[in-house]
Amino acid sequence: MKPTSESRRFIGFGLPYTNVQDLKGTLITIEGTDGVGRSTQVRLLKEWLEVQGYGVIETGWTRSELMSETIGAAKAGHNLNQLTFSLLYATDFADRLEKIVIPALRSGFVVIADRYVFTAYARSIVRGADPSWIRSVFGFALVPDLTLYLKIDADTLIPRMLKSRGIDYWEAGMDMHLGIDLFESFRKYQWRLIREYNKMSREFGFVTVDASRGVEDVQARIRRRVQALLQERKTQALTESLQTLRPLLFDEEKEAGRRQETAPQSTAGVLQT
Amino acid sequence: MPDSVPICNTDVTKVAGGQGAIIKVSSKQSLRCTPLPTIVGHGAQAARSAKTTLQRGKLIVVEGIDGSGKSTQIQLLHKWLEARGHQVFFTEWNSSALVRQATRRGKRKNLLTPTTFSLLHATDFADRLTYHIIPYLKAGMTVLADRYIYTAFARDIARGVDPRWVRDLYAFAVKPDAVFYFKVPLEVAVDRIVGARDKIKFYEAGMDLGLSQDPVESFRLFQGKVLDEYNRMAPDYGFQVIDGSRSINSQQQKVREIVARLFERRRLVETK
Repeated sequence: MKPTSESRRFIGFGLPYTNVQDLKGTLITIEGTDGVGRSTQVRLLKEWLEVQGYGVIETGWTRSELMSETIGAAKAGHNLNQLTFSLLYATDFADRLEKIVIPALRSGFVVIADRYVFTAYARSIVRGADPSWIRSVFGFALVPDLTLYLKIDADTLIPRMLKSRGIDYWEAGMDMHLGIDLFESFRKYQWRLIREYNKMSREFGFVTVDASRGVEDVQARIRRRVQALLQERKTQALTESLQTLRPLLFDEEKEAGRRQETAPQSTAGVLQT
Repeated sequence: MPDSVPICNTDVTKVAGGQGAIIKVSSKQSLRCTPLPTIVGHGAQAARSAKTTLQRGKLIVVEGIDGSGKSTQIQLLHKWLEARGHQVFFTEWNSSALVRQATRRGKRKNLLTPTTFSLLHATDFADRLTYHIIPYLKAGMTVLADRYIYTAFARDIARGVDPRWVRDLYAFAVKPDAVFYFKVPLEVAVDRIVGARDKIKFYEAGMDLGLSQDPVESFRLFQGKVLDEYNRMAPDYGFQVIDGSRSINSQQQKVREIVARLFERRRLVETK
């Protein structure tokens, strides 16, 4: 049978044992560096969508049932290297993709992913991984329907973060030994991460939202884009269901024609092809 | 669920009424259609591994399905190498502390999918490569590995992941100096394992694939698939194939002969 929608594809070689043709939901990902305000925006977006009657499932980085404890312990112990760092994230991601994201999409939910593969790419690449390697590792991931990129520059980010919650070891990239203190390391590390996000933004068609603006302003922009996407998906679903209905309608006409006429000549058959 | 990974998955679709046939190559086309690379790894990631390695010691690995006798053989090889005055380090598949808790949890609660199963083992391997393999090789020691990346290739492909994906995943691996593949008929291996254990574990038996409700039957079917993968890989990766149905002693003589040649070659290079 021919798939009705070509929109749902994998980033790379995919999951050969999983059928993803029947995923009706919408996958929205929010990307951006540490402390840029992603979780606040996700919370507001989720509320707004639920008020409108959409079922929403949220999934966040390192929150998988399988891996969250292990990643927490590994980060606390500071014993990760470039390879294991990337692979632990990939395992966490795969677990959430197969156990949360795909089932939710199959049931028609809007799935909001707080961080997606692009965070893994950025963090692995600044730590020296081969870009083509890390991309092929995440080849089992689904291509999102929309990637919102909360963009900010390092110099605006730093005072904001220091004021609100401080900086931790990993957010400062202290494992990379970039600077002698937390501040220097953070600045250099975030600067490199942001450069990677900006590069990917062009390549993967992120929708960029200026995150240096106020929370409400950012949210309003996000909602406009999400609204447009959901509208588009609705129209698309309608067109698809019409297309599947059409041959059935013609078949009925054909049947009716056969019953009425003696000659089985019908225009429906021609139209079908 | 596909019952087996196709060997060469190409769809040939004829389009009636057109100018002849259009040949469509499926996106799932298996790597087995083309010859496999003889070196492990690709691109910059492999180059990075190799550059940081500057390998002086020898890396020797044993492969084969459960019950093929490879662990016995590597133990005997270990004894012999030490007796000859080599510094030897031994490392085993799935033994790093980093993911032990997650693996145990995943197995106990049957949480693992073919992809997470594969990634957890890759993480384990990456951790051991960094801490247990590369430093010892750099120090000039001989590293013996009970199972290597080929175990992942065979098992994960048998579980249904894309063969190209899992090979790319392990692109960071160091190429071994010798791979001994202990080849046994399926029934011999199955009898050894079934006879020696009171219970076969869920993932060991490939029960996650739903091949059979009976653990022994599932184990047989799953090991059969794994065995097929090993046999397919053997020529591509230059395995030293050892007939695992021969006596333990004669297998070990063969292994030692090959390993002795490996060290002779190195001595020749050094004297030059």
